[in-house]
Amino acid sequence: MKVIIIAETSGKSLHPVTSQLVGAACSIGGEATILCPGGIGVEEAAAISGALKVISVEGGCFETYDCGAWAEALGALANADMVMGVASPTGRELVAGVAAMRGIPVLQDVTSLAEGISVTRPIYSGKAIESSIVTIPCAITLRANTFVAAGNDGSAEISTVNQNTDVAVAIKEALAKATERLDVSDADIVISGGRGMGDPANFSHLFELADLIGGAVGASRAAVDTWGEIPHSMQVGQTGKTVTPSLYIAVGISGAIQHLAGMRTSRYIVAINKDPDAPIFGVADYGIVSTWEEAVPVLKDELAKMVSN
Amino acid sequence: MKIAVLIKQVPDTTSKIAVSAGMVDESSINKWSISPYDEYALESALRLKDSESAELVAITCGPSRAVKALTEAAAVGADSLIHIVVDGGLMDSTQVQSLLAAAVKHAGAGVVLCGKQAADTNGGSTGPGIARTLGFACVGMVSEVNVDGGSFVATRAGPSGLEVVEVSAPCLFTFDKGTNELRRPNVRGIMMAKKKEVEAISASDLGVDIGESAVRVESHSSPPVKPPGQKFEGADSVSVVVGKLREEANVI
Repeated sequence: MKVIIIAETSGKSLHPVTSQLVGAACSIGGEATILCPGGIGVEEAAAISGALKVISVEGGCFETYDCGAWAEALGALANADMVMGVASPTGRELVAGVAAMRGIPVLQDVTSLAEGISVTRPIYSGKAIESSIVTIPCAITLRANTFVAAGNDGSAEISTVNQNTDVAVAIKEALAKATERLDVSDADIVISGGRGMGDPANFSHLFELADLIGGAVGASRAAVDTWGEIPHSMQVGQTGKTVTPSLYIAVGISGAIQHLAGMRTSRYIVAINKDPDAPIFGVADYGIVSTWEEAVPVLKDELAKMVSN
Repeated sequence: MKIAVLIKQVPDTTSKIAVSAGMVDESSINKWSISPYDEYALESALRLKDSESAELVAITCGPSRAVKALTEAAAVGADSLIHIVVDGGLMDSTQVQSLLAAAVKHAGAGVVLCGKQAADTNGGSTGPGIARTLGFACVGMVSEVNVDGGSFVATRAGPSGLEVVEVSAPCLFTFDKGTNELRRPNVRGIMMAKKKEVEAISASDLGVDIGESAVRVESHSSPPVKPPGQKFEGADSVSVVVGKLREEANVI
């Protein structure tokens, strides 16, 4: 089975999640060809174990992001049994565009994959799981951090294809650079604050915790809706991001059903809340009944001690 | 100018989702609403309509209950309503997109707004897929769109950050959470909406043969229930929990 993988990039390099796509493709007997949009991360892609070919897809259309132009350039090279990408905002758009171009169905945010083609994916933001069978050819995006990554001892053959598709979307102004901080969807540890933090300025304590242990900071919908200073990009929950880190620490979050939907599949959940009856304790592996003002400084000390050891 | 907004009726995000006999039990859902990101698309479409005296058509594809979503859109100002009537069986992305694309063409709209993904299937395929099918330019993850001369200026969260982009019709925008506050219908709007005619059309009316779905849903299940966790009192227990995270859970 021929699988075309659309590489995920991060700035000027390959996003490591691309190795997870190759791992997933190989696990169902796929012969993987990786397309690198704009020629980014070609060498790194070629080193992924199990990748047979890497195509550096180059051309002026890759200078800025235009979903239609990119999908057309990549879609022309995506004659395969399966087209695969990451379920990131850009990955979803590109794979959907390529699927429409090729007239094949697309399933987004797949969390398990087996021969057949049998897939499962969370629906209603994780309030239910759907198992389905899809016929090939098809397109899928995979949820990051749910598939085992392939190794890095590969030596795929590299070729270059020039594609010049028409760009319809012109960048007029860059308002803010993509944040240097780790995004909640990429992070292995997420520390989220809710309205219980009392004031958006208090999120600085959560950022300090995150910096200590290499995590990302998230927020509940209530916090995002209440305070303009907390951007929607930090929102975890049904109308925000769905996260599956190894460790999720919820601080001052009561645990509305929409929030639980976005984080309940985290491997371990710690909840800090002063209300012993808060629903968040229902999904927490470790619950701490305390105000954040008392608990967070202790947590900071404990983690600092741990890191310095 | 004719603008189309695509809306999907989904279980309200506050609804519990129950699974019965291996399938999500729709009869247990107590409230159906317009999908949240579609609401931001609708609000922006209404603003474009207000500033450009454009005509706004709201389009939905779904079973008979979905009419309510159209009436809600009419109550805040949608001028005309199109309901693509399907019986509720699962359709794959190709089928949904071919129906919606045909309806946009049928309505004669050159600008389309929709949510970046629906709150039920959580896919995010519909907008970019329809844009591709219709040959419209596509701008995703948009929080705001305005008319500037003969073109559209949108704020989007692109892969390299927050950007202002310019695009000309025909084009399609998929909405992230918007910057505009959503308007609520007034009594007059609600009364007028009840009288508004809904154009109910089928796949064959649109001249679309959707064929068979390439995706077959085998089952739905509820997420695994976690065993009850451990609960501690007071900030002094933080050190205990950190110890457990390191020794028991092995995550830090």
